[in-house]
Amino acid sequence: MTIKRGVSLYSYQEEYFLRTMSVEDCIAAAADIGAHGIELIPEQMILGYPVITGEFADSWSGWMEKYGTTPTATNAFVDTKRHPDRWLTLDEQLASVRTDIDIAVRLKFPIVKATINFSPELMEAAAPYAEERGIRLLLEVHAPFHYTHPWILRHLEVMDKAGSSALGFMPDMGTYVKRFPRVVSERALRDGARPDLVDLIVSTYDDHGDVHGLMDTVNYMGGGAVEMGLARQATHYTWNDPRNMLDYMPRIGHIQAKFYEMTEDCTEYSIPYDEIIPVLVEGGYDGYLSSEYEGNRHIQDAYPVDSVEQVRRQHVMFERLLSQPA
Amino acid sequence: MFDKYIVCEEGFRRLDDGRTGGRIEVRMPYYRGLGLSMVEAVNLVLDGTPVPPERTTFTVHGHAYTFAELPGVFDDRWEMGERAELAFETDGPLAPGEHDVAITIRLRISYMPVPGGGADRKRLPLGA
Repeated sequence: MTIKRGVSLYSYQEEYFLRTMSVEDCIAAAADIGAHGIELIPEQMILGYPVITGEFADSWSGWMEKYGTTPTATNAFVDTKRHPDRWLTLDEQLASVRTDIDIAVRLKFPIVKATINFSPELMEAAAPYAEERGIRLLLEVHAPFHYTHPWILRHLEVMDKAGSSALGFMPDMGTYVKRFPRVVSERALRDGARPDLVDLIVSTYDDHGDVHGLMDTVNYMGGGAVEMGLARQATHYTWNDPRNMLDYMPRIGHIQAKFYEMTEDCTEYSIPYDEIIPVLVEGGYDGYLSSEYEGNRHIQDAYPVDSVEQVRRQHVMFERLLSQPA
Repeated sequence: MFDKYIVCEEGFRRLDDGRTGGRIEVRMPYYRGLGLSMVEAVNLVLDGTPVPPERTTFTVHGHAYTFAELPGVFDDRWEMGERAELAFETDGPLAPGEHDVAITIRLRISYMPVPGGGADRKRLPLGA
């Protein structure tokens, strides 16, 4: 058993946004619960990105030492729409990826996440540089995508063709949402959504029915912007059998352990980690489970957000599930 | 996301450079910093009346820009959670007391098929 626990500092975005937690506070919070792998979005927490000052680099390595933590992965974005009137050329996109790879190397991260909008051509073009710099460039597999979606299939084709061990996948556990997150439906109700339409959307999702007609149905039934937004949301969560990861294990180098709500008894309301973790164990996964809390945006209108407690509960759950005999 | 934090409660003041108008502190409703060329709009409606973008300027960490300049700014960013300043001119001086401040932000997020951004509206007391 070599699955390790970590946290993406994205999880503490509410507190960081409001400056009630600093970058160091976030690292300390992760270390405090024994989650020693640190994932970072440079564009989120490094002021002046993409310039990394010597001062930041020194602080970063100092924090890793002080808290006994290890850098796991950064998240890279490619702003293809940087210019208002044209798309970035492939060369410009490649320059952006190279910058992110250089930042990862400087801060001693072994992995860079490629956001889902990275094209297969960009991954192919970036592979030699990633390899040269000792970085694995992992495409996030984020809902509503999955391993048999044409976009992912095109990526797979390129990965096979490039034959580079530098390319792979970073599955987002938001692709295993078994029941509709109630923090999301409850928010819609607070925003004035009609309860009967919310019920229709949630029950269609929970029955794993056809969510793609929901926006139209809700429209026919007189729904407004809030109900339509919720219906659209239902197409952006997906439930797949977690066993679908088994065929891709050698390519999977990192797991974004997305979650929306950890209940008081330390289970995730909508994502069945008790079905996911045994699959990772069976597949011999030996990377990090990296917390990605994304519930704050759904509750911040009505409730105080406590990301530190939410992440703590997820790690209580991880410890429980990882200690069970296979 | 973060819509309720767009308009900062503090920092609403009159301009102090001789012009009539004011300034408001605003935060971006997004989870990472963004290059300024992708900040498409920070629109202000003050007490029910839209203020034209050409009468506003946008300042991040001490660097001031007009909205006509922003699409061409590739070397500066609005950081995540950073309090930027929106300065605006009005025909007459701002009345003392509370004002209705509505801000709509539009962001060009490359991986999203629809415009990003958000909106917030607060009643703010005019500071000294």
